[in-house]
Amino acid sequence: MLLEIVTPEGKAFSDDVSGVVLPGALGELGILPNHASLVSTLVAGELRYTKDGKTHDLAIGAGFAEITGSRVNVLTEMAVRDAQIDEAAVQAALERAQSRLKEDVLPEEIAAVEAAIANSLAQLHLKRKRRTI
Amino acid sequence: MPSTRDIRRRIKSVKNTAQITKAMQMVAAAKMKKAQDAATQGRAYVDLLNKVLVSLQERAEENVHPFFSAGQGSKTLVILITSDKGLCGAFNTNLIKKVLTSDLGPDTDFVTVGRKGGQSLARLKKSLIADFSLKDPASFPDLRPVAKLLQDKFLSGDYQKVLVAFNNFINTATISPSLEQLLPINPVTLGGKRSYEGVGQGEVVDSSKGPVLDYSFEPSTAEVFAQVLPQYVSNTLFQMLLESRASEHSSRMVAMKNATDNAKQMLKDLSLEYNKLRQAAITNELLEITTAKMALE
Repeated sequence: MLLEIVTPEGKAFSDDVSGVVLPGALGELGILPNHASLVSTLVAGELRYTKDGKTHDLAIGAGFAEITGSRVNVLTEMAVRDAQIDEAAVQAALERAQSRLKEDVLPEEIAAVEAAIANSLAQLHLKRKRRTI
Repeated sequence: MPSTRDIRRRIKSVKNTAQITKAMQMVAAAKMKKAQDAATQGRAYVDLLNKVLVSLQERAEENVHPFFSAGQGSKTLVILITSDKGLCGAFNTNLIKKVLTSDLGPDTDFVTVGRKGGQSLARLKKSLIADFSLKDPASFPDLRPVAKLLQDKFLSGDYQKVLVAFNNFINTATISPSLEQLLPINPVTLGGKRSYEGVGQGEVVDSSKGPVLDYSFEPSTAEVFAQVLPQYVSNTLFQMLLESRASEHSSRMVAMKNATDNAKQMLKDLSLEYNKLRQAAITNELLEITTAKMALE
């Protein structure tokens, strides 16, 4: 099963995997080969895929996934690996976004700021989960 | 006949101009590299979005989303993406000419991105409803108001369609002024007619191949389309802006390179003339001295 993760900055991931778990809008979606065709919206969160028996994870932003029997296309605004996350920088970005939300934000910017908060939280969650183990 | 001093002065001024155009060429080249990278990287996303939408649209029921059907109005809205600054050759002129010579219907409103387009449309007394100026390098959040405005305008029902005029980047030497339909989303423009498809690794969209897939939608068809379509519109628009920026910097670089070359040629001609004059003056002086000496003897 081909998993492709594409962000506006380019192709973030493209490889054969044996299974993938997506953060769907209605909850986590486990996708195995030959899954029924499905289009689902995604929320910011954690994407896990299994390759050669090992599970890897990525923090992704909101977007959507198109699933056909042989491939999973994930379109998202952000996709980062654990190693790429700079915890301090993300924390700072999160605080900045949260304080902006408290001040007066233009109505058209609220969605963008909220998306930024969700993205930061997804990254922090992934980073901190790894450390507690 | 100009004196040697005049020519010296002209040489100096041409040299200065050449230096400036050379510097501008370097700046444009550096910016072009970045803009090109951004444009080519963004293509993967828009390509995939396109592909997904092609397969979705075929299976979606009629009227699943207003973006798929033509607006009730009769007017046409054109988004014109130009540069903010000049000195980039025929970059803006060609695009504006293309827009003005196209048959857009009787009633056309314009939204411009970039100062040059706004200025020339204002001179031509076209109906201009908004003029945006976005900073360089382009960032996605900056474009959001533009995307929102055009979606609102389309949904308001005054417009039949929304077109985008932009310079499509093919390579450094070739850019093509394009006029594409953004809304309503139609399968012809979607179906892989973009010239940059196939430039990268993007395959050409062909929905006739493969078995017809019956998609299920989560959470619901309406919600999926409500999220995907606005995203498609703003991302496509952003990609067009990136293409336009890449084209702008490459055409500026080419224009500045031509200017530098011309200035160098001019310098050559001027120094030849200067040296001729100088030699003539020396010969004259020598003649005078010898004649004076001969007269004294």
